[in-house]
Amino acid sequence: MTEIVMSQTPPILHGPSEKERKYDRQLRLWAASGQAALESANILLVNSGPGTVGVETLKNLVLPGIGRFAIYDEAKVEEADLGVNFFLDEEGLGKPRSESLTGHLLELNPEVQGDWYPTENVKTLDSLLAGSPVFTTIMYTHPITPENVSLLESYGQQHQTPLVAIHSAGFYSYFRINLPGAFPIVDTHPDETATTDLRLLTPWPELVAFAEELTKEIDDLSDFEHGHLPYVVILLHYLEKWKAEHDGSYPSTYKEKTEFRRMVQSAARTKNAEGGEENFDEAAAAVLKTLVVPSLPSGLKEIFEYERTNPAELKSGFWVIADAVKAFYEKHKCLPLPGKVPDMKAQSKVYIQLQNIYKAKARKDAAEILETVQATPGGQTIDPAEVELFCKNAAFVKLINATTGKISRADRLKEVAAQEFTNDEQAEMTLQPLSLLPIYLAMQATAHEVEKGGGWPSQEEVLARVAKMVPGADENERVRQAVEEVARAEGGELHNVAALTGGMVAQEMIKIITKQYIPIDNTCVFDGIVSRCQILRL
Amino acid sequence: MSAGPVYPSSEPARWKYLDRIRTRPGPFTTPEMFSGETSAEAMDKMKILVIGAGGLGCELLKNLALSGFKNIHVIDMDTIDISNLNRQFLFRQSDVGKFKAEVAAAFVEKRVKGVKITPHNCKIQDFDDDFYMQFQIVVCGLDSIEARRWINATLVNMVDEEVEDSYKPLIDGGTEGFKGQARVILPTITSCLECQLDMHAPRAAVPLCTLASIPRQPEHCIEWAHVIAWDREKPFPQLDKDDPEHITWLYQKALLRAGEFHISGVTYSLTQGVVKNIIPAIAATNSVIAAACCNEALKIATNCAPYLGYPENNYMMYSGNDSIYTYTFKHEKKDDCPVCGVSARELAVDPKWTLQELVDSFAARPEAQLRKPSVRAEGKTLYMQSPPSLEEQTRPNLERTLAEGLGLVDGQEIGVTDPAFATVSFKFRLKFT
Repeated sequence: MTEIVMSQTPPILHGPSEKERKYDRQLRLWAASGQAALESANILLVNSGPGTVGVETLKNLVLPGIGRFAIYDEAKVEEADLGVNFFLDEEGLGKPRSESLTGHLLELNPEVQGDWYPTENVKTLDSLLAGSPVFTTIMYTHPITPENVSLLESYGQQHQTPLVAIHSAGFYSYFRINLPGAFPIVDTHPDETATTDLRLLTPWPELVAFAEELTKEIDDLSDFEHGHLPYVVILLHYLEKWKAEHDGSYPSTYKEKTEFRRMVQSAARTKNAEGGEENFDEAAAAVLKTLVVPSLPSGLKEIFEYERTNPAELKSGFWVIADAVKAFYEKHKCLPLPGKVPDMKAQSKVYIQLQNIYKAKARKDAAEILETVQATPGGQTIDPAEVELFCKNAAFVKLINATTGKISRADRLKEVAAQEFTNDEQAEMTLQPLSLLPIYLAMQATAHEVEKGGGWPSQEEVLARVAKMVPGADENERVRQAVEEVARAEGGELHNVAALTGGMVAQEMIKIITKQYIPIDNTCVFDGIVSRCQILRL
Repeated sequence: MSAGPVYPSSEPARWKYLDRIRTRPGPFTTPEMFSGETSAEAMDKMKILVIGAGGLGCELLKNLALSGFKNIHVIDMDTIDISNLNRQFLFRQSDVGKFKAEVAAAFVEKRVKGVKITPHNCKIQDFDDDFYMQFQIVVCGLDSIEARRWINATLVNMVDEEVEDSYKPLIDGGTEGFKGQARVILPTITSCLECQLDMHAPRAAVPLCTLASIPRQPEHCIEWAHVIAWDREKPFPQLDKDDPEHITWLYQKALLRAGEFHISGVTYSLTQGVVKNIIPAIAATNSVIAAACCNEALKIATNCAPYLGYPENNYMMYSGNDSIYTYTFKHEKKDDCPVCGVSARELAVDPKWTLQELVDSFAARPEAQLRKPSVRAEGKTLYMQSPPSLEEQTRPNLERTLAEGLGLVDGQEIGVTDPAFATVSFKFRLKFT
């Protein structure tokens, strides 16, 4: 029998390649497109201090197969490194740390390239940046020197390179992502349940005709046919009935919708063999969720209203498509149809027909937008697949790092601190977890503290530095506790906290490189004493 | 300023950073529970067990070795597959086919001087209470709910109120894609895995009639090939989900069926995913969750800071899909937990059900999830899955209805056992609907 089958259909039956097998568990998350992006990434790590968190991050990027990395680290391997860093061993003692680390990391994935610095020829960070091909993202770990931070920041500005600052000490850590400008993401991977968009209150002629055809003699249908009407069709049918009884208007309030739900529920046949109808149950359950008037999601609204100033943005395909979608929205008062139909009880043929009606409408909407795009200067070169993806995901497209604003970073920190401390005063009432900003402040105050003979700065000294950043914060009891906890570590890393932070940073790097899922905006603080994170926009 | 004296461990230069934290108190350390002078030495003597040497397990072994644990055991019955290499960083291409526990233990032992790791290439069910009694802490990195429930029930049952050493903290991690969770269980004291079972509801199965006659999705066609076509045609004696030839057979079948019904989307990768119930997994997420688990292990071992489970929160949820979101909370212990509770758990049933219907329902109920249940009521055996003689003897009961046929009443307690949890009897109280 198998042989007959083979001769009827000659599908391409290749099994997965060796590489597809190795990367199978991650390709299910970011697909071939995400993998290609990773493979063209070139990442620089500027390492300092105990230097574990950056290496743990790189490990999580080498394994899934980034193209290449470079480590710049001026330290030599010491005994203390072996107690905290897994990618160093006895053999490396006394050798350049970057060399040992690179060697051990490269063992993890033969497809990845790696380089280490400083070398005989490239002695400084400055010369490395000047002499290398462009890095796609840069990470640096504290306590880096302020001079090297400035070097990296100006490189980032010049080359539009995302920078990630990471600081891990004792039970605490934070990292901050500095993106070169507004960062749009189309492929945000929303939860499947959130993406159902059936347009039951604004059906188009083909959908109306289909529903009418199936339900025109609804009472005469056999139990089998009646019990297999797709719930979309059931709802459209009873909506018409509702409209006829309510001056042509749809159920809009919660009360009306529950009343409508009862109407649908009571239309189910109960004298059949099963004593009820699953498809009517599905229809009733879908009422509150699917009977919604299309509105503009906040993420997309932000994109429509975003003022572009950066010349790179003016030319980018994303913004050309966004403009076309905006024009579509203004004309039709709705977004392009995503076209996906959730599974529902129905006969195969009927379900496929319904699916095709939604797909056809989605294609038509996308074609209209593509036409607008291609009529825009520079729009001819945009890949139609990119337009299609935007249309499918329009409701979930997201802009990160949108308001670059006029306010300085120093002032923003003061603003955030005022807000966070106020929230904390009400935390008992609001039952919100306490702010982790005190941890950020305590760490930031010692972010360039290099271990040397003189010991750790005094509590008073560190609090004075905090007060310079946020006047009055040194009086805050939780800030004082955080300063004390930071002093306990004296800049030393705990492997677990470094590994945990390295995992989070690697996730974020993957999101930024693949432009899939939604990165943080922009700082993540981790407290390993209570085991939780907070995201702050600093 | 100084945070107090550091009590150096036996290798002070190497463990410099760790000793600062584990041998001196911080502002959140509970002084009565902490002894800095002895904590490094106490850790040297501890035995800790890691269950699973996969994605989480590799990370756990590395993290525990670098947290100052010296004596670690690891159990895993699996061998290394090529699809492990994107995250299980202790394994190389040349290790494919070897035992995970063995390769992982040898690697970490070699890299971290002074740590002893004992591998066990077998199932957790192969060991008895005496084996588990030797450890102070158990850390789990498993992908199977069933194995988790088994170790949870075993550790809860091992508790002897008179013996302090019989309380074994269980730390459990799990991941899926960019998400995961880490939790700590203090057996009989805090909420156990069984109390939390409904947070891991099984995926609803597609009704057989959909597969058989009205498929709509590519998954329906694959399940049809898997459940119906395979049994009918038996192309190979036994389905091996890791054999590409078998998967290819299912893929071809599914593809044909999809063609018949004009359904698109059947691929080899989807076939493999559905048949093996593959959960996406990446190194980064394992790194987060395993480290969260080991961070708790270090705190439990030394009391150098409060840990999950004491005094309040015991569960950390992590999600990295949309920004980063953690939710750390207290999952309450349930009085009617079939493993650690004192009272029977309520079970809504229709008195007109046959015993067969009741038995079948255990698999899908989020609060039960028992696949081969045997049922007893008031000392009377209603149905036993084994041995065969008893099964045969009790089989006629399956066709009887609960109330009329078997004389069960509303509010009656029943005991349910399952071969997957040999030591536990799950107590339920029937509630007629």
